[in-house]
Amino acid sequence: MTADATPYVTEDGRQIGGVMMDLRDITLRFGGVEAIKSISFDIREGEIRAIIGPNGAGKSSMLNVISGFYKPQEGEVHFRGKKRPPMRPYQVARQGVARTFQNIALFEGMSVLDNIMTGRMGHIKSNMLAQAIWAGKAQREENENREAVERIIDFLEIQAIRKTPVGRLPYGLKKRVELARALAAEPDLLLLDEPMAGMNVEEKEDMSRFILDVNDEFGTTIALIEHDMGVVMDLSDRVVVMDYGRKIGDGTPDEVRNNQEVIDAYLGVAHD
Amino acid sequence: MLYREAGDFKTTYVADSQTFPLKLDRIGFWVTMAVAWLVIPFVINDYWASSLLVPFLIYAIAAIGLNILTGYCGQVSLGTGGFMAVGAYACYKLMTSFPDINIMIHIVLAGGITAIVGAAFGLPSLRIKGFYLAVATLAAQFFLVWLFNKVAWFYNYSASGQINAPERLVAGVAVTGPSTPAWAQYLICLFFVTLCALIARNLTRGTIGRSWMAIRDMDIAAEIIGVNPLKAKLTAFAVSSFFVGIAGALFFSVYLGAVEVGEVFGIQKSFLVLFMIIIGGLGSIFGSFAGAAFLVLLPVALKWIGVDVMGWPTDLVAHFQLVIVGALIMFFLIKEPHGLAQLWRLAKEKLRLWPFPY
Repeated sequence: MTADATPYVTEDGRQIGGVMMDLRDITLRFGGVEAIKSISFDIREGEIRAIIGPNGAGKSSMLNVISGFYKPQEGEVHFRGKKRPPMRPYQVARQGVARTFQNIALFEGMSVLDNIMTGRMGHIKSNMLAQAIWAGKAQREENENREAVERIIDFLEIQAIRKTPVGRLPYGLKKRVELARALAAEPDLLLLDEPMAGMNVEEKEDMSRFILDVNDEFGTTIALIEHDMGVVMDLSDRVVVMDYGRKIGDGTPDEVRNNQEVIDAYLGVAHD
Repeated sequence: MLYREAGDFKTTYVADSQTFPLKLDRIGFWVTMAVAWLVIPFVINDYWASSLLVPFLIYAIAAIGLNILTGYCGQVSLGTGGFMAVGAYACYKLMTSFPDINIMIHIVLAGGITAIVGAAFGLPSLRIKGFYLAVATLAAQFFLVWLFNKVAWFYNYSASGQINAPERLVAGVAVTGPSTPAWAQYLICLFFVTLCALIARNLTRGTIGRSWMAIRDMDIAAEIIGVNPLKAKLTAFAVSSFFVGIAGALFFSVYLGAVEVGEVFGIQKSFLVLFMIIIGGLGSIFGSFAGAAFLVLLPVALKWIGVDVMGWPTDLVAHFQLVIVGALIMFFLIKEPHGLAQLWRLAKEKLRLWPFPY
């Protein structure tokens, strides 16, 4: 837990606010395996928070705890200053937490547009009867959502593929559509599980730019898992390092880079 | 002028999300509607109504219903026959208990009752998926047929155990019972088909349809991005059963007039409607119509070719019919597993650039 949570302004002029999500002593077990061992860290308003660590360290499990998919056996999740009661993942999503997945989890049978529109699920208020008649509030809502989605489509530069079935898209674009779907929810907290896995340098640059733009333009708080250390160190404000379910480091990229335990477990020593 | 997608531009989101985005599709739709409403009722005769048009329209409603559940929401159901029986018996009980109320209201109410029953049988879908759910709905099928055979209250304690539709009038014309004119049978079915298809299309192109498809394609991801799986699955079961119930009510009251539940609404009916949506195209309203037309027309057409054109004996043709329908189903599933609707989509894509190769 960081001692002080006073708002500050980063070097590049972004506002970092108070603690948005506070994870306290989270322990997650699968049968006899402890995937996460009493980990605490926080995510502050407006920051880009990275979670790194070797494979199997429990990073994705941590993200699943945050998004409500896994229920930790011990520990508390505090969101916006309040303890979060046990809730289903869709309820967490409606509180303003959106995410992407390590292995792309798009709806393959639907068009790009419909996929992104699905991200707006939490913004729908009209009932089924109104939707069946397709008039009044339902149609108004549909158009408002469409406008919001089109803004995201412009933002991520995927106008040309909006009517294409997702199953036909190449990998890099799928990753981008998945980001679009998460953004369509207009989340306060965006969780990205390896957004750059399997991408070439150019695609990574594009994705990094989008992540920074999202953070900058929409003020979205971002927590991301990533293996590319160059990307992590450049993008993030603070980094959590996990190994075998334990937290072995937490701090700014520079602090983490010089942490002996982190070097031993994960970063290794540069050969020069 | 050519039928194709190219050059058909939209300037508003309303225009882009309409039922038929293509102008030619819209023209085609209105022409079809005009023929169906204004021409066919005047030329229809008993043969066309009872062997082709009325069963086609009723099966189209049932296929739309099952397509919502299986094609859009991905929940396999083998209980269609049972749910049709619920619609039929609900309609029968309403007709005999409240003879003064208009049959149209009874048919809609029968759909509503089936929706409640369907949602109740949909509860296991929250825990089980795929084949296991199919088996659970199979249990619903057998349970419902057994129930309507066993409990005499459902068939008003009639000696035969059958239910018979009493004569009911709409605007002074009989629509049920033996003296119903063919055009009245046809029109009442057409009315419900139009209504159901419009509702189904509106639901599937909007929010609720997207939540169904999200559950179908990847239920875990759907829940994590904010789709309530309980609501999505149960509404799919309810809406699907609503349509299937209306189809069952029409099948009993308007089409057959008398029903013995095990014979008419048995497991064969469930499979028949399932074949319709598989052949027509899962997740497509047009496919529901295409599949229903295919499986209703094909036996009639084969019989016509065999008996009337070739002059073969009727029993031989009847056997051939089964073989050919079976072979065609297999052929279709191998050549185009996404059904007739997909063939149509592919043709449209080809036409987009035609006559240029690229």
